[in-house]
Amino acid sequence: MSRRLQIRNRLDWFTMMLVAAIAVLGWLNIASATAGSEAVDWLTFDGKGGKQLLWLGVCTLIAFLVLNVEGEFFVRISILSYLSLLVVLAAVLVFGKVIGGARSWFAFGSFSLQPSEFAKSTTALMLAWLLSRGDGKLRDLKTRLQSIAIVGLPAGLVLLQPDAGTVLVFGGFVFALYREGLSGNVLVVAFAALVVAVATILSGAGTVAYPFFGPATGVYVLWAVLAGGGGLVLWFLVQSSLPRERKRLKRIGAVAILGALVFSGAMQFGLEKVLAKHQRERIHVLFGLDVGNPDADYNIRHAKAAIGSGGWSGKGYMNGPMTAYAFVPEQETDFIFCTVGEEWGFLGSTAVILLYLTLLLRLIYLAERQRSNFTRVYGYGVASVLFMHVLINVGMVLGLAPVIGIPLPLFSYGGSSLMGFTVLIFILLRLDAERFSVLR
Amino acid sequence: MNLKGRMWVIGGLFAFIAVVFIGRLAQLQLGSPEWTDYAARLTESRETLDAARGLIYDRNGQLLVTNQASYDLLYTPRLAREGMDTAAFAALLGWKREALEAAFAKADAYASYRPSIIVRQLPAAEYARISGELWRFPGVKERTRAVRSNQAGLAAQLIGSFGETSADDLKNDAFYRLGDYKGKSGLELQYERELRGRKGVRYHLVDVRNNYQLPLEGGRRDTLAVAGADLTLTLDRDLQAYAERLMAGKRGSVVAIEPATGEVLALVSAPTYDPDLLIGPKRSAHYDSLLHNPGQPLYNRALRGTYRPGSIFKMVQGLIALDEGAIRTNTRIPCDRNIIGCHGPHSYDNLSEAIVHSCNPYFHEVMKRMVQARRSNNLFEDAALGLGNWTERIKRFGFGTDLGGQLPGVRPGSVPDTTYYNGIYGQRSWAFSTIYSIAIGEGELLTTPLQMANLAATIGNRGWYRTPHAVRDVGGRGKPLGVDSLVTTGVDPELFDPVISAMQQVVEGVGGTGRRARTPGISICGKTGTVQNTNALEHSVFMAFAPMDNPQIALSVYVENAGSGGSWAAPIAAQLIESYLADSLSNPEREARILAARDPFPETP
Ligand SMILES: [Zn+2]
Repeated sequence: MSRRLQIRNRLDWFTMMLVAAIAVLGWLNIASATAGSEAVDWLTFDGKGGKQLLWLGVCTLIAFLVLNVEGEFFVRISILSYLSLLVVLAAVLVFGKVIGGARSWFAFGSFSLQPSEFAKSTTALMLAWLLSRGDGKLRDLKTRLQSIAIVGLPAGLVLLQPDAGTVLVFGGFVFALYREGLSGNVLVVAFAALVVAVATILSGAGTVAYPFFGPATGVYVLWAVLAGGGGLVLWFLVQSSLPRERKRLKRIGAVAILGALVFSGAMQFGLEKVLAKHQRERIHVLFGLDVGNPDADYNIRHAKAAIGSGGWSGKGYMNGPMTAYAFVPEQETDFIFCTVGEEWGFLGSTAVILLYLTLLLRLIYLAERQRSNFTRVYGYGVASVLFMHVLINVGMVLGLAPVIGIPLPLFSYGGSSLMGFTVLIFILLRLDAERFSVLR
Repeated sequence: MNLKGRMWVIGGLFAFIAVVFIGRLAQLQLGSPEWTDYAARLTESRETLDAARGLIYDRNGQLLVTNQASYDLLYTPRLAREGMDTAAFAALLGWKREALEAAFAKADAYASYRPSIIVRQLPAAEYARISGELWRFPGVKERTRAVRSNQAGLAAQLIGSFGETSADDLKNDAFYRLGDYKGKSGLELQYERELRGRKGVRYHLVDVRNNYQLPLEGGRRDTLAVAGADLTLTLDRDLQAYAERLMAGKRGSVVAIEPATGEVLALVSAPTYDPDLLIGPKRSAHYDSLLHNPGQPLYNRALRGTYRPGSIFKMVQGLIALDEGAIRTNTRIPCDRNIIGCHGPHSYDNLSEAIVHSCNPYFHEVMKRMVQARRSNNLFEDAALGLGNWTERIKRFGFGTDLGGQLPGVRPGSVPDTTYYNGIYGQRSWAFSTIYSIAIGEGELLTTPLQMANLAATIGNRGWYRTPHAVRDVGGRGKPLGVDSLVTTGVDPELFDPVISAMQQVVEGVGGTGRRARTPGISICGKTGTVQNTNALEHSVFMAFAPMDNPQIALSVYVENAGSGGSWAAPIAAQLIESYLADSLSNPEREARILAARDPFPETP
């Protein structure tokens, strides 16, 4: 059997079908979202539907090319590609073009590229390279710090653009690290941080009339409860525990309370001093707080109306008025899921969610069947990135997460994003196809 | 540590999030219709198609009232947020900038996403001037609206006005939407339901800028507007115009009725006004000035003015007395001027002569015989029974009634009855001697010009009338049911001979009070009346019908504070009768004299 044939036989066609299905569904919905009331002319490339079709063709070519590259090549270029992308991310901060308030794009005439879409692949490769060295396990502090640096550097550069959504996506690598041995406490701490963050947002938005001091933000109450209540709970725990455990418990408790206070304080500072008014409003809208600005929740109300009006089976393809007449903002990119909700209804939307879930679980399955640590870590990286995109994008459109601009993977309109995900996924498919022949 | 097991944690988290999303989708899409309704509010728009209002014609098919296009300018604040050059727009309209900004602020306060009217009823010419510039002002849109135009400017009070619906109208009738117009008074109001037609509706899908896109559901729920029914009035346009011309500069009224049908041929209340004053953007200013005009042009004297009937009433007394058997046609009664005064050289008249001479003692005695007819031995009880009977008979002539109520705003006047006198004097405390002034049409009796014209028709018909009405046809379906009910007075037709011949004598006889109504070739039967006023000249009243043997027209003419009935009302009535019955007018001097006369009238004509 020739090597080429071997690769083709071992290629995971199921994943490819899932990817192709999602991309084609995305294209159909983009065509509907951008057609307006005009008849759709499928063959012209003037409209966004036509352009996306062009991108699908380009990406098929890219996928074919990627599948024809030796897996060893990707391992070899991990460091180089990662460092190159860091340079590019730094360069975009200087030479980039501002679109939607973020300096994230390189413009070449009418065509623009978003390098952060490709940084996800290179970061996943770099992380895979690091963790497949030696025994690779995240036991020693050095490897842990190195891992954090690998994710943190591109994330930091993206934060400067600023592109909060992509930063959150980089945060998703925590799942890959967890699989590779990062303590589960990290997830617990992350959850605790989330609770403190929500409490800070909610209490910070309120005003309390304090005795002697007069009215001020309610976050002081939260801090008083954290310090006083936390201290009291700790005291009871210490009293009820064995004497030899007490010292350790005291230390952990003190760190936890102090950490919560510092985190909450930093968040409050960030909310009030760093975020712009409209960004703060988005967060407040999410939590149902009255921001006194009827336009603040315009996007999300219209998104919910588009989805909600779909009912069981939707209004039919090309028949959603919210979509056709531009009631939903960014409806071919970040809010493309609204079109699915309005025109395909509950059944169609659920089908799309299940397609993504199937893809994500399949990626985990692929990652777990590797003998190569590199491919496994990379596989988890791919799954993490995709998951974070779906989580933030669909969460936002459904009004469960704040409005953060981030594309629905393989689905939203846009060449950079589509190419980025194609490269990300097809590198994994090539590596997976070599799972029996390569031992790293 | 078996790290492979962690895939279940990660996979479980993915699945958990998918379940959360599907749950949220179920909540949004399958839960309450909140979001469906909200989407429909955003994307669907209901366009009301106004129905063309019915036109109004005279009895010969000549157009009286038609519709004319005018333009409202609508302003939607949300669409105008950016790029509205207020100064330029104010200049275009010829407004002060502050006024326009105030109007914008008001619209914004009402609803920022809905259009509010900022300029009402621009006439077509004015709209043509600015329409080419409107595109420069985002959020400003025009709306065509039909307004009424009374082409001939006739019968302003009867036809009535047309204007914007009030808050009450909106509350009481779901047909109307804010800013709709409707009939506000007169026939426009009375026949509002027939004239207004049925609105149509078109549902559209709109885009985010509220522009109409495709029809909703392919137009399945749309309905067409149905035009309102045309009204054909009983008015004769030429007669109405001539009557208004003759009454110009005077206060008073003309009511002309076709006796056989009860159709109102002309109905004038003077002073009148140009109906188009109450249409258009200056309506309220004009309305105010009309309301405060001392001549009360908005007040329809013909239907609502109440006057003491005076000597005209004596004919009714005579007819009832004949029918009751209180007198016979040849009964003579001495003109004994002790209780009640009289005028002129007569002393012992029969009924005809008493009507011609307007003999007060004669009718005092006539009514005394009717009221104190010995129905009871008790004087007071006898008077009460007698008056009760008399009141019933008077009402059968239409007095004290609204004459079927077919004319808008018609008033009944008043005929005193036993209850009335019991209220004033107490039960069994009054007799004929207490109340005798009503015998000669004075005292508590009050009648309207319409009732007087109707009396002329009743006498001409010898004992019956059809309820007077102004509408002949609604939308080609003929006369509205019940507008022309037949009413009989119960007086034997033969008993009318002496009264009719007396009326002829009033006009034709030597020295008759109505001699100024004499018209060659037409036998006019009439009766003058004068309504006394304290501190002012009496009202000149004349009622007549003609020709005597097959009456085609019956009318009453009132000229306020003009002197005796024969001086002004009689010649005006004659001109109108002649213009209606003859091909040409025979007496240009009489016409010129009437046209030249102006209120206030001199003491002696
Ligand atoms: Zn006398």
